[in-house]
Order: sequence, then structure tokens, then C-alpha cells
Amino acid sequence: MSEDIIAILKRNVIQGRKTKDDEGIDEALSGTPGVMELTQLALDNNIPPAVIITQCLTSGMQIVGEKFAAKEYFIPDMLASAEAVGAAMDILKPYLEASGVPTKGKFVIATVKGDIHDIGKNIVAILLKGAGYQVSDLGVDVPKEKIAKVIRDEKPEYLGLSALLTTTMVEMGALIEALKENGLRDKVKVLIGGAAVSDEYARQIGADVYCVDGFHAIKVLDAFQEAKA
Amino acid sequence: MPREGILVHNPYERMTKEQVQQIHQASIEILNDLGLLSFNRKAAEIFSSHGAEVTTTSSGDTPCWHVKIPERLVLDALASTPKTVKLGARKPDNILVLKGDEPRVFFITGSETNIWLDVDFPSYTRKSDPSIETKIAEFRPRRGTVADLCDSAHVCEHLETVDGYIRTVNIQDKDINEDNKDVNKFFASLNNTTKHVMSGLTNPKQLDNVVKMAKLIVGGKDKLKENPIISFITCLTKSPLQFVDDTTETFMDVCQRGLPIVVSSSPQAGTTAPIKEAGIIAQINAEVLAGITLGQLVNKGTPVLYGSVPVRARMDTLGDSYGSVETSQYNIDCVQMARFYNIPNYSTSGVCDAKIPGQQSSIERLFSNIVVTLSGPQYLHCAYGLLDCNSVFCLLQAVLDDAHFQMIKFFLNPPRISEQELALTLKQIREVLATPQKLFIRYIRPVMRSGEISAPYPFEGDGNSDSVFALAYERMKELLAKPVEHIDPTTTARIFQEIPGLLPRLNVYGEER
Repeated sequence: MSEDIIAILKRNVIQGRKTKDDEGIDEALSGTPGVMELTQLALDNNIPPAVIITQCLTSGMQIVGEKFAAKEYFIPDMLASAEAVGAAMDILKPYLEASGVPTKGKFVIATVKGDIHDIGKNIVAILLKGAGYQVSDLGVDVPKEKIAKVIRDEKPEYLGLSALLTTTMVEMGALIEALKENGLRDKVKVLIGGAAVSDEYARQIGADVYCVDGFHAIKVLDAFQEAKA
Repeated sequence: MPREGILVHNPYERMTKEQVQQIHQASIEILNDLGLLSFNRKAAEIFSSHGAEVTTTSSGDTPCWHVKIPERLVLDALASTPKTVKLGARKPDNILVLKGDEPRVFFITGSETNIWLDVDFPSYTRKSDPSIETKIAEFRPRRGTVADLCDSAHVCEHLETVDGYIRTVNIQDKDINEDNKDVNKFFASLNNTTKHVMSGLTNPKQLDNVVKMAKLIVGGKDKLKENPIISFITCLTKSPLQFVDDTTETFMDVCQRGLPIVVSSSPQAGTTAPIKEAGIIAQINAEVLAGITLGQLVNKGTPVLYGSVPVRARMDTLGDSYGSVETSQYNIDCVQMARFYNIPNYSTSGVCDAKIPGQQSSIERLFSNIVVTLSGPQYLHCAYGLLDCNSVFCLLQAVLDDAHFQMIKFFLNPPRISEQELALTLKQIREVLATPQKLFIRYIRPVMRSGEISAPYPFEGDGNSDSVFALAYERMKELLAKPVEHIDPTTTARIFQEIPGLLPRLNVYGEER
């Protein structure tokens, strides 16, 4: 029974079916439980959260990544799977906290003040959540004071900043200065992204890294995780 | 099920209904008052026996007949001309049904060029940095062969957008002569594609052998009538307004056998036709109507296509300028005239002035391919692979053209707007607005796999260099390596036994392969 649930849950991750109402790719799964229902079912059947994460969610996402690399899957497929995994992580969160299982880390993300563009930021948030990070999305047009306060209060390991416009990207530099002034800069890794910025700009303002897209962000964070380990 | 082609829902028309009527009247006046010169005696006699005013005259030392065709003959012919023409195929799925009143477009290859363009990718080292090596496509022209024709038919069999095959290259092997050219070009084409095959005839005396070959393939005379896997194209008119002796003879021979045939005319605006649009269209329409009338007088009810290949002259050389914008305008006008008569149209697009594949060829061909397709010709000879007007064929270009037509076909899909569709959309918008990210991405997936999203350009490179030619070349090689359904061994054996002149090396089951 447990093995069946694990296999079906993994299959639904690969199919990107968050709930029973999702279509996925395989029509045979139509109307059957999706990742959220199956995660709950797995917990009800006493499958440990760590097993659900490693054998269903992470290993399912691994296959999704391979399919994406092989051009069998496209970004919408990747996002659907990531979103499903993110929803599963929300269900697992209290169990993980209760059992003391460490998460991959907390990631705060925001579009800087003056900028309301959020497609890229939202995609990055979905992908990182699907990759197992605890994501806190502060939204768009976020003032540096608010971000600094969150860094101080919530102590995330990572901060992602997004800007589409050349007129708003300067806010990133201003925020980094504010973090320095508040003695917070070395408490958090700062990742920047968005159409206006670049690797060179990241160096110029003292950010830790520039990420081309969400997939790059996952790689960067995973590399930080490995370095920490 | 026959091939679907692509239905153009609101075909583009240049002329108003009144202008169409004016062109028709002008063409009737040309035929009735000015008449045309027939260099073919039999054709003149046929017109004469049906009440046309025919007088004997000459052009230099060559005797000819001045034929004035009364309006009544033309209108009777238009009435008896089939409004639907079926073009058969070895594979039933590849049959084409052309309806004169339905703007459903089928994309066809052609025409017969003398030159075949090979492509190679030699590598060059950068002088300033010898570690950098670049491969650049280079094109080498040579005379076309029967092996090239086989390869071309083979690749076109696999090109999804190609609906029918007009021989692409003139076979000029040493062992090909006037007498065996026709049987070899038809066999090379028919044996390498299961799509409809159309060609002209080099030697009218070979018509019976070609028809016999087709009968052997389909299983007899009646089956060929039911499924005409071959059809013919004749440019019986030499502009302005002259019936050429030999092609008119071929045209009448084909009409007598009741096989589908294109009545084609190819005047050049500025030299063999007036430079102004009204003039060339009135003239080409008169020329095609004259051919259609002759065809119906020879064999009432014989299936014909209204064939139009008008072109504007280049101002620098007075050669053809197929890449000119006016050429597309003329073709679209002719599509309208054919539709006015409800006769399926054979139109032309995609022929370019550029001599090799590249930006010029892409711009010229894509422009005319789009605009002429939008006018809704039924049988669009859209020149897959043709370059340098009508004299060079490049298989790589044909593969590139297929990608263009994928885009054009997708573009012509009708809008999917309905109450049900809108209800679903409103539901989606409501759902998305309730989410924090407010993205519609999750709804892309089912659409992505249902064919409702157009495919990316298939020859897109990594963005750092232009890889179009290299990728298209790979595709071409893949298609050449993919097998085709040849004519079966028994039928092939009978064809080689009963049809004289076939080259033994074309027998895929023979020992000389």
C-alpha cells in the first residue's frame, strides 16, 4: 500500500497535478487524486515526511528536470510540478517542524520599490518552493526598510531581489547599503535578477550573485547549501 | 480521407466584384474581337467547326490561323468545365479534392529547373584567432539528374506541408534523351512519393507510355479515371495570345484521355503583356479562357485547372522578376478570376529572384507565399526549393520552405471563439485573480499539447550564431534516410517489362542498384 502511494505520488509530481481537478499530461489520471490529496493520504498511512520528500517530491522533480533538459517538458510543465511540490511542502510543514527535520533554507523574495513587475519573481518563487526552499514572497514595490526589517526579524538565509526597469534597479544597491548600515549584510546571501540587471551590476552593488532565471537560482542556492554542508 | 490542405476562411481579394466583371468582359472582347493566333492546325479546325471565325495567315514562313472565339463558346465551355477536380495519389490519404468555389489551399512543389544546387559546409579558421573555426554553407550548382529527382521526391514525401509533387528538376543524365525523359521522370517521381504527381511532357509521343505506367500502378483504366495519380501541365499559350503547335497538341491529347490538366499561361508584364495590372490580367485571363474553351471542345467535361503564372519583368534585364511585389498582385487577381468561374486555380508563389538560399530568398518567397496563400488558390505551386526565378532547385531550401508553410498553415487556423470558450476563459481569469501570483501559466499545459500553440522555428540555433542552414541540412539528411513507400515489386517488374526506356538503376528491386 505504502509503495503504491509513493509511486503514484511521484507520478503525479512528474505529471504536475496539484489536485484531483488538474489535467496533467496523462489523460488516464483525470479525476484521480493529485499531489495534495496524495500527500495527505501518505501522511494518513504513516509514511514519514522525509520519505515523502525524498522518494516522491525530490525524485519526481529530478525526473521533471531531466525531461525539461531533454526538451520533452517546457517551463509550464516545470512550474506545474514545482507548484504541486510547493503545495505538498505546505502540507508537510507542521510535520517537519514537529519532527525537527531541517528545511533547505528560507528565501525571502521581493520586487524592489518603484517596480511592479512580478512575472519573473513569481516564477522564481514557485520554482524555489518546489525545490524545497521555504519561500516568503513580499510582493512588488517593496520599500527597502520593509525588506531590512524582514531580514532582521525572520533571519532568512537568502534574499532574492527583482527589478525589470533600469530606473528601479538602483533600489537594489540602496537596499544593500541599508543592510550594511543595519549590520545585516553578512547575515543573508543576496541574489538579484530581472531584465535590467546583470552579472556586472551584481558585482557593482555588492550582491552575492546574479541569476539569469529561476533554474539558475535553484542551482545557486543548492551550491550554497552544499558549501554549507 | 483526402488531404485537408488549409481552408482560407476570408480570402483576400484585391479586385472588387465590378472590377472582376470588367476584366471578364475585357477578356471576352480580346477573344471575340482581337482573337488569337493558333500555330496548331487541329486546334484551329476544332474552333472553326464550332463556329469560331478562323482565317489562315502566317507568321514569317510559319503558317498559322487567326481564331476569333465568340463569347458563346467561352461561356458554354465554362459551363461544362468541372467545378471540382480530384487529383489522385498512390496513397488514398494523399488524394486532393479541389473545389472551384472553396478557397482550400494545397501546397505543391515545382517547377522543372535545369540546375540543382548542392550545399556543403566547409570550415574556415579566423585569421585573427586561429582557435576559432567557423562552418559556412556554400552552394554549388550543377546539372540535375534523375537521382536528384528521386531524392527530391523522397524528401517531399516526408515534408508535412507538401500536398502534391510537381517534378522539381530537369533530368539531364547522359543516358536520358527526348524519348525516355518522360517515362523516367514520372517513374522517379511516382516511385518516391505517394502524393499526387504532376508534370509536363517533353515528348508528346510518350503520353501513352506515361498513362500506361499510371494504369499499371493503380490497376487499370477505370481505376485511373477514379484515382488519377498523375496530371499534366501545359503552357499551350505563348503570350501574347498564341497557341503553340506542340504543347497545344499535347494539351488536346491529354484532354482526349480525360486526365486532369492545367491550362497555364505565363505572360510577363512589360514584355509579353501590358505592364499595367488591368492589361496583364485581362490578357492572361483571355489566354486561359481560350485554353479552357479548347479543352472542353476536345472533350466536354474534361477536368482542367485555371493555371496562372503571371510575372513582372525586371527593369534591369527584362528577365522575369518573380520576387517583385506586383507578381503576387497578379497572381491574387488570377485566383479571383478563377473563383469567379468556380474553376480550381493553379497559382504561383515562392519563386524568388535570389540565386542562393539566404535572407533575400527568405524575404521574397515568404512574402509571396503569405499573400498569395491568403487569396485562397486551390493548387498553389509554391516553388519549394526554387531559386533564381525558375532555374535553380535546392533541396535544403525546400526543407526551409516547409517550415514557412507550417507557420502559414498555423496562422490560417480559424479563431476559436465561442460561448463555451469564453465561459472557460472567464472561469480561468476568476481563478487566477484569486491566486497570489496571478499567473495563467498552469492553463498553458493542456493547450500546449493540443496543437493550439504554434511550434517554435525548427531551425533556431543557440542564439550566438545563425545555425539555420546547418540545422535544416541535418533535417534534410534525416528525411533522406527515412524510407519511402516504393511501388511494390510485382508492379515495378511489370512497369520495367512493359514501359520502354526506363533506366534499370531506377528499379529499387533490380540488380543494378
